[in-house]
Amino acid sequence: MSTETLTKSTLRELSAIAEGSAAAAAIDGRSNIMSLSQTTEDAVLKPQETGAWSHDVRAALAARIAALNGETALADRYCALIEDARVADVADPLRSGKAQGLEKICDFMDKVAVQTRDIDAQDINALQDAGISDADIVRLCEINAFMAYQVRVLAGIRLMTEGRT
Amino acid sequence: MSDVIRKFTRSVPDWRPRVEPIKLEDATPEQLEALQVTPSNTKISAYVLTLAHDVETLKVRSPLFNGIMYDKGGLSREERELGALAASMVNHCIYCAAVHASRHAQIAKDTSVTDELFAKGTKADLSPRNRAIFDFAHALSQTPSEASPEQMSALRAAGLDDAEIFDLILSSALFGWANRLMHVLGDPVRKGSE
Repeated sequence: MSTETLTKSTLRELSAIAEGSAAAAAIDGRSNIMSLSQTTEDAVLKPQETGAWSHDVRAALAARIAALNGETALADRYCALIEDARVADVADPLRSGKAQGLEKICDFMDKVAVQTRDIDAQDINALQDAGISDADIVRLCEINAFMAYQVRVLAGIRLMTEGRT
Repeated sequence: MSDVIRKFTRSVPDWRPRVEPIKLEDATPEQLEALQVTPSNTKISAYVLTLAHDVETLKVRSPLFNGIMYDKGGLSREERELGALAASMVNHCIYCAAVHASRHAQIAKDTSVTDELFAKGTKADLSPRNRAIFDFAHALSQTPSEASPEQMSALRAAGLDDAEIFDLILSSALFGWANRLMHVLGDPVRKGSE
């Protein structure tokens, strides 16, 4: 794992909000939420109990989901946390994850991120049949779920600030 | 699996996990703390017992969830529920949609908005303010987000200030999260069909 630490607020830094703007005031009014969002990022990306998914794999999957959502700067941020070069490919949605033995994981994560509504029991069964433990399935879903939140807060803040000085 | 509910409803169903939830008797001290189990509170839902597999995330999830949906000021509770509902409709999360449509109806003391949304989806006949809120939240919930500057302008034209808009972003984004747990890890089933 890289020694680089996540910034105090990924959301705040990447959304480049002008200080003193109405958007900045609105966001400061929810400073508790911003702070809890960062605590959650740390819990999802750098937990003490990683299960089957190392910090590097988590960063790569987070980057992959950010890229699927068109959030390039966020994807770059998570890519920079990957220390093990063998894992780095997983961050690219055009790669299958096969070389890392993560093909089924990448298929599942892509579907949960992009075609959430089409997920059914068979998708979970496929992971179980591949020997993934239930706890590790929950961990994958939490990574995906948190990223769904983070990319949308970023996209929303960007729209709030666009076209305003 | 004929007991699985596939249509939107305000009647909150049961939730049946697709993975094995943790067993309370096997829970670690950290899991018990995150589950807030006390002698007077031993009834923990299957959903929370499922999430307890990832205890570090579960611990921070509840305060964040409560803050976004219930903290004072900003967007009304009713309108935060509308943001949650729009996301849940995009992701077809029947369980979350039921909970938040029923809360919307309860707070608004009116079922007409959620009746209309469940009957006609994005073509529902809504007030200008609800229309702007629903359309923005619905677009933000697509992957990638399809929310547009025009929809942001529509929110402002409908009278939302920046604090209200930020609360709408948070509540709809939060259900991008919640739906990816609830809809992925389990099925909504008819009450008592266990």
